Amino acid sequence: MEVSCKNGALEITEIDPFLAELLRQIPGSAKPDGITAAEERIFSAPAGPNEKEFCAEWKLYVEPGLRKHFQDATELVEADLRQLQPNEKPFANRTLRIPREHSESWLNALNQARLTIAAKYDFTEAELCDHYRSPIGSRRDLGLFQINFYGFVQEFILRDMECAEKPDA
Amino acid sequence: MFPQIYAALESPTVTEKTKEKEALDLPWNVVVHNDPVNLMSYVTMVFQKVFGYPREKAEMHMLEVHHKGRSILWSGVRERAELFVQQLHDYLLLATIERTN
Repeated sequence: MEVSCKNGALEITEIDPFLAELLRQIPGSAKPDGITAAEERIFSAPAGPNEKEFCAEWKLYVEPGLRKHFQDATELVEADLRQLQPNEKPFANRTLRIPREHSESWLNALNQARLTIAAKYDFTEAELCDHYRSPIGSRRDLGLFQINFYGFVQEFILRDMECAEKPDA
Repeated sequence: MFPQIYAALESPTVTEKTKEKEALDLPWNVVVHNDPVNLMSYVTMVFQKVFGYPREKAEMHMLEVHHKGRSILWSGVRERAELFVQQLHDYLLLATIERTN
């Protein structure tokens, strides 16, 4: 897999079919549906328990806006991911182009997915910091791999955004 | 002229006591809590975008969150603090408002 910045976009080339499939799973993995821990993390309380009234108002008036914001981000990412649809050569490496104006939506959707997976499998901080764990022997191991891989993509998007903000870059 | 009005101005009658000035002025803190999932570079970028902090200051707060579990990012009037917390939740950070002791 190779990553480069070309014509106002982050271009990821030579993506093997396994990683392409993991990328295609971002929108699905970002949905906390039915997982209480994930729902609680994505829509965390804005204040402590002594601010009950404020928290209730937040749920009523702010949370719907947050849901819409998160959904818009995953929908945009889903549209970009159509580039990875299997074609006549299902096992060929693929290329993904992320336009710079989509960067924030990508960061958001990747974060939703990482937080949801982490809550779903209840990973400890030590597990999340173990970037060299291998091989993948269970669905849980795959979850940890997904979190690390999505974090890796986030790092490249952040670097690209940083470069774009520097006028002499 | 208008003697009753002058008299009322000089010695007003208190009919209802409102909150003390100090209570109204107490600032609210915007607190960000540690989360092992969010990347350090991502958290730094969010602090720069939301608060307009220079990179060094944003990094200092990010490291405080990482090492101490929390950091106070901003203090001031409640409405503004609520807005900052909402912006931080947009970026999926664990953020709360709390009253200054």
